[in-house]
Amino acid sequence: MSVSPLTFRKYLVLAGVTVFSTLGDSLLARGMKQLGGVSLHNISGLLFAILNPWVGIGILLLLAFFASYTSALSWADLTYVLPATSLGYVLVALVARIGFHEEISPSRWLGIACIAAGVGIVAAGPSLTPARHPDRNDALSQEAKP
Amino acid sequence: MNELYAWAAIAVITLAATTGDVLLAHSMRRVGDVGELWKTRGFFNVIARILTTPTFFLGVAAMGVAFYSLLFGLSWGNLSLVVPASASLTFIANAVAARIFLHERVGRRRWLAALLVGAGVILMAI
Repeated sequence: MSVSPLTFRKYLVLAGVTVFSTLGDSLLARGMKQLGGVSLHNISGLLFAILNPWVGIGILLLLAFFASYTSALSWADLTYVLPATSLGYVLVALVARIGFHEEISPSRWLGIACIAAGVGIVAAGPSLTPARHPDRNDALSQEAKP
Repeated sequence: MNELYAWAAIAVITLAATTGDVLLAHSMRRVGDVGELWKTRGFFNVIARILTTPTFFLGVAAMGVAFYSLLFGLSWGNLSLVVPASASLTFIANAVAARIFLHERVGRRRWLAALLVGAGVILMAI
């Protein structure tokens, strides 16, 4: 089974995975900070959390993340797609450094290097490993089965 | 007490997120390349295929559990602990789970990447 190389469109989907998850998480974190602690005694507070605008927009962005994520999983391995989600941490740090001239500590630079290396190592390999299991065939060839 | 809550949330997030990721990956593998299917059979066919895959909903439910545990964990304010700890643990757990349940070939390349990304996420949070 030969694996077709990733097209530009597929790289766009992977970029969507990175950007939407990062933006969504950031907005969500900001909203939850505003709301303050939610205790086990006040669990209904979580249900109303979506009424906070930051949380609401964060959830919308996370839905966009979910769409690009499931789409990517339909043509690439889980262990290929997952590292892409972590590139967002790097993006945030670089925006903070270049856009807002924030200082980045040596340990954060090391973290950035680790994540970038990990993503690079996976991206340089195949996006889909050969199937060892009949289940792993793509759906188009699976249609004949009941 | 807060710390205990935070680590409980981290454990639940990691478990639920890994379960969700594996179930979703399994479902989408069964559905097939959605871009290809969209082109050849149309958008509604893709939606119908996804909605008729039972494991997809189990995956979404597990993601929902992970999501609400994250909200719960974040509300304690330990953003710098909850997010990186659960994220990096999920990377490692997923590499193991993808190998066992999805039969992905997690070779040296991907093990190394999972460890690097996991370590990197923690380093960035310190």
